Formats: sequence, structure tokens, C-alpha cells
Amino acid sequence: MGYLQDERVRDFGINSMLLDGWSLLSLLIWLPILGGLIVLVAGDKLSRITALVFTLITFALSLPLYTGFDASTFEMQFVEHHVWIEAFKINYSLGVDGISMPLILLNTFITILIVLAAWEVIKKRPAQYMAAFLIMEGIINGVFAAQDAMLFYVFFEAMLIPMFIVIGIWGGVNRVYATVKFFLYTFFGSVFMLVSLLYMYNMSGSFAIADLVKLEMGMTPQILIFLSFLIAFGVKVPMWPVHTWLPDAHVEAPTGGSVVLAAIMLKIGGYGFLRFALPIVPDGARELTWLVIFMSLTAVVYIGFIALVQKDMKKLVAYSSIAHMGFVTLAFFLVYAIQANTGSTSGSMLAMQGGMVQMISHGFISGAMFLSIGVLYDRMHTREISAYGGVANTMPIFAGFFVLFAMANTGLPGTSGFVGEFWIILASFKANFWYAFLAATTLIVGAAYTLWLVKRVLFGGVANEQVANLIDLNKREFVILSVLAFAVLLLGLWPEPLTHVMEVSLAHVVELAVQTKIPGAN
Amino acid sequence: MESIYLAIPLAPLLGAIIAGLFGSKIGRKGAHIVTILGVGIACLLSFYVLKHIAFDGNAFNGNVYTWAAIDGLAFNVGFLIDNLTAMMMVVVTFVSLMVHIYTIGYMEHDEDNWPKGSLVGRHSYQRFFSYISLFTFSMLILVMSNNFMQLFFGWEAVGLVSYLLIGFWSTRETAIFANMKAFLVNRVGDFGFLLGIATVLMYFGSMDYAEVFAKAPEVEGVTMSIFGAEEWSVITVACLLLFVGAMGKSAQVPLHVWLPDSMEGPTPISALIHAATMVTAGIFMVARMSPLFELSTTALSVVLLVGAVTALFMGFIGIIQHDIKRVVAYSTLSQLGYMTVALGASAYGAAVFHLMTHAFFKALLFLAAGSVIIAMHHEQDMRKMGGLKKYMPITYWTSLVGSLALIGFPGFSGFFSKDLIIEAVHASSTPHAQIAYWMVLIGVFVTAFYSFRMFFLVFHGKERMDDHTREHLHESPWVVTVPLIALAIPAVISGYLLYPMVVGDFFKNVIAGVGTEGSLATEMKDHYHGIFAFIAHGLMSLPFWLAISGVGSAWFIYMRKPEIASWFYKHFRWLHTLLDNKYYLDAFNQRVFAGGAIALGKGLWAAGDRCLIDGCMVNGSAWIVKKFSAWSRYLQTGFMYHYAFSMIIGLLGLISWVIYKTNVLGISG
Repeated sequence: MGYLQDERVRDFGINSMLLDGWSLLSLLIWLPILGGLIVLVAGDKLSRITALVFTLITFALSLPLYTGFDASTFEMQFVEHHVWIEAFKINYSLGVDGISMPLILLNTFITILIVLAAWEVIKKRPAQYMAAFLIMEGIINGVFAAQDAMLFYVFFEAMLIPMFIVIGIWGGVNRVYATVKFFLYTFFGSVFMLVSLLYMYNMSGSFAIADLVKLEMGMTPQILIFLSFLIAFGVKVPMWPVHTWLPDAHVEAPTGGSVVLAAIMLKIGGYGFLRFALPIVPDGARELTWLVIFMSLTAVVYIGFIALVQKDMKKLVAYSSIAHMGFVTLAFFLVYAIQANTGSTSGSMLAMQGGMVQMISHGFISGAMFLSIGVLYDRMHTREISAYGGVANTMPIFAGFFVLFAMANTGLPGTSGFVGEFWIILASFKANFWYAFLAATTLIVGAAYTLWLVKRVLFGGVANEQVANLIDLNKREFVILSVLAFAVLLLGLWPEPLTHVMEVSLAHVVELAVQTKIPGAN
Repeated sequence: MESIYLAIPLAPLLGAIIAGLFGSKIGRKGAHIVTILGVGIACLLSFYVLKHIAFDGNAFNGNVYTWAAIDGLAFNVGFLIDNLTAMMMVVVTFVSLMVHIYTIGYMEHDEDNWPKGSLVGRHSYQRFFSYISLFTFSMLILVMSNNFMQLFFGWEAVGLVSYLLIGFWSTRETAIFANMKAFLVNRVGDFGFLLGIATVLMYFGSMDYAEVFAKAPEVEGVTMSIFGAEEWSVITVACLLLFVGAMGKSAQVPLHVWLPDSMEGPTPISALIHAATMVTAGIFMVARMSPLFELSTTALSVVLLVGAVTALFMGFIGIIQHDIKRVVAYSTLSQLGYMTVALGASAYGAAVFHLMTHAFFKALLFLAAGSVIIAMHHEQDMRKMGGLKKYMPITYWTSLVGSLALIGFPGFSGFFSKDLIIEAVHASSTPHAQIAYWMVLIGVFVTAFYSFRMFFLVFHGKERMDDHTREHLHESPWVVTVPLIALAIPAVISGYLLYPMVVGDFFKNVIAGVGTEGSLATEMKDHYHGIFAFIAHGLMSLPFWLAISGVGSAWFIYMRKPEIASWFYKHFRWLHTLLDNKYYLDAFNQRVFAGGAIALGKGLWAAGDRCLIDGCMVNGSAWIVKKFSAWSRYLQTGFMYHYAFSMIIGLLGLISWVIYKTNVLGISG
């Protein structure tokens, strides 16, 4: 790691942190939360515009994270540190590296679209709706910025509350079942992680993630802790076989809820593997790589076939999300499989970058897919595929967007959906021919369920009276989908600006992941 | 020069964007002007590049921008311009330009093809031009690429445009079935192709053609294991996987099934995409990869056999088709088979040469068929045509040129390229080449037979159309006939490029074996004694007589004694049924693959997700946890994490109670 020795680079990193006296990350967490409260006070009438202003300001404030980012170091940047609960050494400690920074940007970006998408659609208690999403935005920024495991855990759990409310109030007919299932699943997952964190606190006397990374542990505790992380983050991703909460939650959630769920919340699972599982319990992760890869490949193949037979559009896209996230978990664990097969880690960066790009890209594409379905649902009040047919005849502009996003969903080169899948398939070949073989089946199966959806919904003659009376996108919807289309194409045609900022941080994760932390092993 | 290379793909792209996004503003005229301008510029510049590269002896290999760089591995977007690329660029842009012009006439009344009030049909004219320009861009990116990633980009991008264009008339059920089928079958090919690229990356460590080819001798002896302990040569595996991609794109058996159905698209794109250019991408790719394929006899042997089977058996189906476009489609399949056979025989130059001549005469035949279809008011059944010669002289004569070129009549372009392929297969040392030789020989007769069956049925004999159609029969407008004439010229003369292109050193340093001692290419060069000797030799050789007898039998059976055809139909009913059902491959795919996938999905969903996971695991574990929680409260030890654990257990108990309750109440997902 030559860049570590470069003093100038290091100094620059430290100086830039000290100069950041104005607590950018705190602002990104608390400003939207404050905004949420203000929206509540402002009332239904002013709620939309107030929420929009706050999301725009938050997004603008998040941009310096990218422009002021030092891509040459894996050290945390924009750090803040305050003692929170002294007795348990819990600190309010924030910072971002190349892995969390893009995810925060994704979050601040998507939330704007959610506010816009709800504009005239949410008629029931709009102020509370907007407030819930603003508060959620702040909490999720906290999840990505937290450098203290306890702080992370608090944000991680707190995030469930607004989501729970969003589905519970603005959801569909079966919303109670869906919310309970959603809450139980995710809560069930994370409590084991809490036990692990407390155990490690007992050993190390610290909750700082950086300290946990340094903590030496034997194989058995590592495996147990890894399993707790696997449950916590695996449920969030969600990985097969703990995925069944997702389709239910999606179907019942309002459009905005689905978008946050798919575009951002699922990413927290992937992020957790990179931030916690691989660096903290590398030997445990190595030991159970077979399990994770098995679960990931099952997600890709098995879920693909299930998506094929769905009758509800949202369910179809939800299952497609699970399959796409299967690539992410596959990617993050390929490092061990590649090392076992070839004896070197060459190629694992391709997987890591692929997994990260896949997460960001899936944020755009799944967001766009759910928003598109929302556009149809707002007009027809049904998500049954069979209720549609020939929509292109009455909504040609919408059809154009939908075909683009569908193609991105099938991983067409030139769209963001290609980048991650491509790299992950290339990298998995280095681990095992059959991993690549199974992962690449998505080329066929993914295309099959997506294009069949497109065929049944958009093409053909006008299916019924309701379709005949559909009205094409309005300006607001056009803007939302255009912005996402732009993002999908930009990332597909030029991923370098994204991969560049992640490179060093991901290389550091690889370095941590392949070390051993068993006492006396070194 | 770099800016010229850049301008060539970007000009059509710009045209496509303007016509596509602002089609309603610039109107129909604006759309065709801007796209024709874009493709026209690309075409002119391509000719200039051909001169610069082929005649002035230059070559270019450089990158435009770095798409991404990971761990020292660069993914670039860049161009490799050599003789092969330059030739492809000229073919693509020239045919595309002709098709653009032709489309003005063909799509003139496209609004009639849409249901009333359909908004998607409102600016369909502009959209069509946008798509074909976008196609030209994609195809140029594909052929100009200097690396595997960009090749894959172009590969999939042409697939996308093909999808959009086959299903262009999106209100027709057959069209939107055909385009989905085309995309999915191509994806099966791409599946192999991508794995092939992954093999290359793993063992060659690069995406760049030049670096990969340079490393090929090093990798030659390397093996990998796929099934158990058996070791496979890496190059063989890579080549076979890449060839699966070619089988999809270039419609080789058994991945050919999408091409006949693609005829649901408007005829101009059948000419451009499904005859002249896109479907030859697989041939181009294998020729480009010849330094790799040359190192694997196994791969070449597979390529050879697949090509031979396609060449012969697809030709047979062409004999019984009634739809004029389908006949041409099957002949395209068969000719693609010829190209593939040539690749397998290591005669890459001959394959590429046939690719070029075929692009001209097949585009011509399709456009001529389109001209007939316009005149017949979109009737495509040949049984309702006949005697069109006197109504449509230009279409007639250009069709004749195209047909003669297709059957390989001496002096026409197809003669040179096809004869060369047959000779090459005969001389080839690839295993099974002799079987393939007989198959392609029989194929010559079959080609001649179905081509002239169509020709006679359409242009000669009784006028079988209804009176209304007959009264309105007339030659197509100039925008249609000018491209026909413009394509008829290279359909004749491009064959005379035989010496420089194939026998000579045109592809030296581009295609493996050219200029190397002892290679097939060198051997063919030694046997070449001038163009007239080649023609003279052709007149006395077997293929010529086979072609002549094919034409003769077609004339005799369909013009003189139609009762022979019905006799055959009566006595060889099973054969007709077999061919009519396309060897039952479509039915098989539909039942086994499509039906199987859906059945599998339904099964997994019902048994896996709903029963096993949600039924047993989720609700069942809630029940177990409830029992467990009964005694877990004794587990109080004083450690904080133990407290947390018992807290969880308690909570889970509560949760399970809720789930239990909701289930009892009958609320389920």
C-alpha cells in the first residue's frame, strides 16, 4: 500500500478533516430530521414545498462530500467525534470513506424524487408523509456516517420506525400483515448483531468500529459473530431464504416507501457486510464464504424463476431486486473464493467495485421501476399485470422511459445495470467456472421476466377501456423519470467517476478481509 | 484522423437522437434529412478511411476514454481500425445509407399500419429513422472496437435496436412475440459470449484485442478443469464460448430460431439488420478472433459442423415457404451457414469476403422483395403474385442480379465468394471438413432451387393476384428503385475484389494465417491464376452445374409442370410437414424451455417461498421461539450481552404471539 507511506497525502487527509469544523455530516443527519419536524408544524398545505426545499438543500449540502473527497486515502473523512454516553464509551463519532460517501449521495438524491413523486398523489396526511421521509433520510445518512458501532445500531433500528409508519398508514389493504412481517424480520435480524456488539465491547472496551477491526478473536467467536452479522444484514439485503418479507412490504407500501426500501434500505445490508462483517471477523467470513455464495447464487437463479411467474408488477420488481442484490453479496465474498482458487486476490477488486456499482445502480433502476409502476398505479389503481396491455398506445412517452429502465434492469451495456453485473461475472469466473455460469444465467432469466412484463404491459393493442383513457406523463413525472434516466445512462457510459472514489477504500476492505485475526496466527 | 474515426459513429448517433427526441418538432422530412445526413457523412468518411487504411497502408489502435480502471485493469472505449474494420465500416454505412433512402418510400404510409388513435403510431415515421440510425451507430461501435468490453456493448446494442425494430409495429401480437423471442434467444448466445469474455480476461489478463492476441501463444498450452478432473484447453473453452455468442447473433443452428420470426419487422430493417449487417456480427467476431480460433482445432471443427448444418438444413426449409420474405430469410440463414463453414475451415478471409458480397446482394434481394410487397399492398404470399415482370421492370432486373449473385452464377459477386468457400472447405484440414464439403455442395443446388422458385413465382407465370391489386400494380418510386440499382452494382462487381481481398495480402496481420507459410490462405494464393482463370475454372466445376440444375428444376417444376410439386407434396407429405414445422424446434423450445421455465418458477414459488420458507420456517420458528422463551428467563448470568439476548428472546416471544394470532385470524400474505 504505497499511498500510506506518502506523507503528503496523509497530511492532506488529516488537514482536510480538521478544516471541516462545520460538521457537514451532522448537518446531513439532523437537517432533514429538523426539516421533518418543521414540515409537521407547517401543516399539509405547505408540507410539499417545505419538504422539497429541505431535500434540495440536503442534497446540495451532500455534494461537497464528493467534491471535497480525497480519493487517495481509505481513512475516514469529514470526521466528527463527541462523547455521547461516557459510562459505556459510546461516542457520537461520524465519518465517511469511499464506500459510504456514494451511498449518502444516493440517499439525498433519491429522497428528492420521493418528495416529488408524492406531490399530488398522497392526499391523506401529506405533512406526516413528507415528515416521515425526511426523518428517514436523516437517519439513513446517520447509518452510513456512524463510526461507532452503537451509534450505527441506534440509527439502524431507528430507521425502521418511519418505514413502519409509512407502510402502516399509507399502505395497501394488507398493510398490517406486511408491516408486522417487515418489522419482525428486520428486528429479529438486528438483535443478534446487538449481542455480538456487546460481546466485542466486553472484549475490547470500545464500540468504535476502528477498534473492533483491530480486535483479535478466535475462530469460534468469529464464526458466531459472523453469523449474527449474516442474519442482520442478510435480512436487510435481503438474501435468500430470509427474503419473503420484501415482496409483501413492497406490495403494501406506497410508491415512496417502495422506492426508499429498494433504492436505499437494501443497500444498508450490503454496506454492513463491507463495514462490519469482512473487516471485523475476516476468518469467520472466510470460513462461511461457501454459505454466502450458495445463498447469493440461489438468490440469482431461484428468485429469477420466481419473478417470472409473478402476477403483480410490484412483486415482480421486488423479486427482481432480490436477484440483483444476490449479485452484491456474491461480489463481496468472492475475494475469499478467488483467493482459495488462484492463491491471490487479483480480481477481487473487480468484484468489490462491481458489488458497489451494482448497489448504486440498483438504487437508480429499482427506484425508477417502482416510480414507473407508481405512475401506472396512480392512474389505474391496480398493479395486476393482466389489467394492462397496450399502454404504449396511450402513454408513448412513459413507454419510452419504461423500456429504458427495463433494459437497464436486464443489464444492457450502456446502462448502469450492466456495469456491476459484468464485473461480478468476470470476477466470479476467477473463483469458479460454475459461479460465473450460474450468475450469468441472469442474462437470460432476467431478460425473460423483464421483457415479458414489458410485452404484457406496454405492447399489443389497447387492452381495455381504462387503458384507452390513460393520459401520458405530466411534467412532474417527466422530470422525475428523466433525472433517473440520465443517472442510469451516465453511470452506464462512464462509471469511472464513481469507481475512482471507491477504489482505495475498497482495496483497504480487501486488505482487511484477507488478514487473519486469530490470536497467535501471525 | 482520430476525429474522423470518432465522427463516423457519432454522426448517425446524433441523427438518431435528434430524430428520436425531437421527431414531433422537426417533422417527417426533418427526421429523414437529419438521419440520412448523419449516415451519409459516416459513409463518406468510411470510404475515406478505407482509402487511408487499405491503400495508404495505415492502421490505428487507440483509446478514446477510460470507461473505468480497477486494480490496474483498464476498461477502455477505443478503436482498432485495420483493413477488416475499414471494410466492415464501408459495408455497414453504405448499406445503411441505401436503406435509409429506401425507407422514405417504404414507410411513407406507415400511419396505415397503426390502429386509429394510437399515440405510439403518431410519429412512427420519425421513430423508425431514429432507430435505424441508432442501429448504424451501434454496429459501427461493434466493428470499430479494440477491446472485448466495447465489442460486447455493440453486440448488445444492436440486439436492443433489433428488438425495438422487430417489434416496431407494437400493436401486432406476432411482432411483439417475435421481438421478445429474438432478444431472449440472443441472450442465450450472449450468455456464452460473456463467459467467453470472462475466460479471456482470466487467462489473458486483458480486455484489449492486441494484448490478448499477443499473449495467445503463451496461453496455448494452459488447461482448465470444468467437469471434474478432465482438463480442457483454455483456448478451446474460450473459443467455444465466444462462438456460442456468434451462434446467437449470426443465427446458427440451434439458436437460429429467432431470425425467421424477425421478418415481422418492416422490410428495410430485414435488409439492413437481419441480412446485411447485424447477423454477420458473429462472423466478423470470429474472424477478428482468428488468432485464437486458429489455435484450437476442436473449436474450428465445431464451428465447421454447425455452419454446414445451418447451410444445408435451413436451405431445405426455404424450399417450402410461401411468404416472400421468409424465403429470403431462410436463404440468409443458409448463407450465414456458408460463412461459418468457411470460418471453421480456417478460411476467415473467404468468410469475410462472402459476408461483404452477401451484404450487398442480400440487402438488394430484401429491398426488392419490399418493393414487390409495396406494389402488392402488403401482400407477402407468393401464391398471390406472378407475372410482375412487366409491371416492375427495375425491381425485376435488380432481383435477377441479386438472385444470380446469390446462387453463385459465374461473374456475379456471390460466385467468387461461394466458390472460394467450397474450395476452401475441400482443401481444409479441419476434422470433418469432407462431410461439410458435401453438405455445402448440396446446399448450392438447394439455394439455386429455392431462389429461382421464388423468382419465377413472383415475376413470371400467371398473374394470380386479385383484379383490384392488379390494376394498381406499378413500379415503386425513385427512392426505392435508386437504392436497388445502387446495390445491384456492388452485387456484381464486389466479387472482383477477390484477388486483393482474399487471395492477396489484404488481411495480412489482421486475420490469422494470411501470409504465413503453409496456411490455407497461402495455399489458396498459390492456386490462384487470375480472375478469368478463376471464372473459367468455375464454369467447369461441380458447384456451377449444381446451381444450373437447381435453376432448371425450379423452372421446370414451377413454370412447366406444377403437377410435379403437388405430386411431391402428396407422396412426401411427412417431409413437407417436417419442413413446415421447421424440424419442430420452435415447438420444442416453446414447450420445454419457455413452458419449463414457467413451470419451474411456479413450482419454486409455491413450494419454496410460500410453503417452505413462509409456511414452515417463518411461522414455524416463531412457534419454536415461543416454546423456547418459556425457560429462557432462567438464563440470567449478569453479563450485559446475556441480558440483551434474553431481551431478544422475550421480544421474539411477543412477536411470535402476534404472528400466531394473525394466522389464527386468517390474515395471510
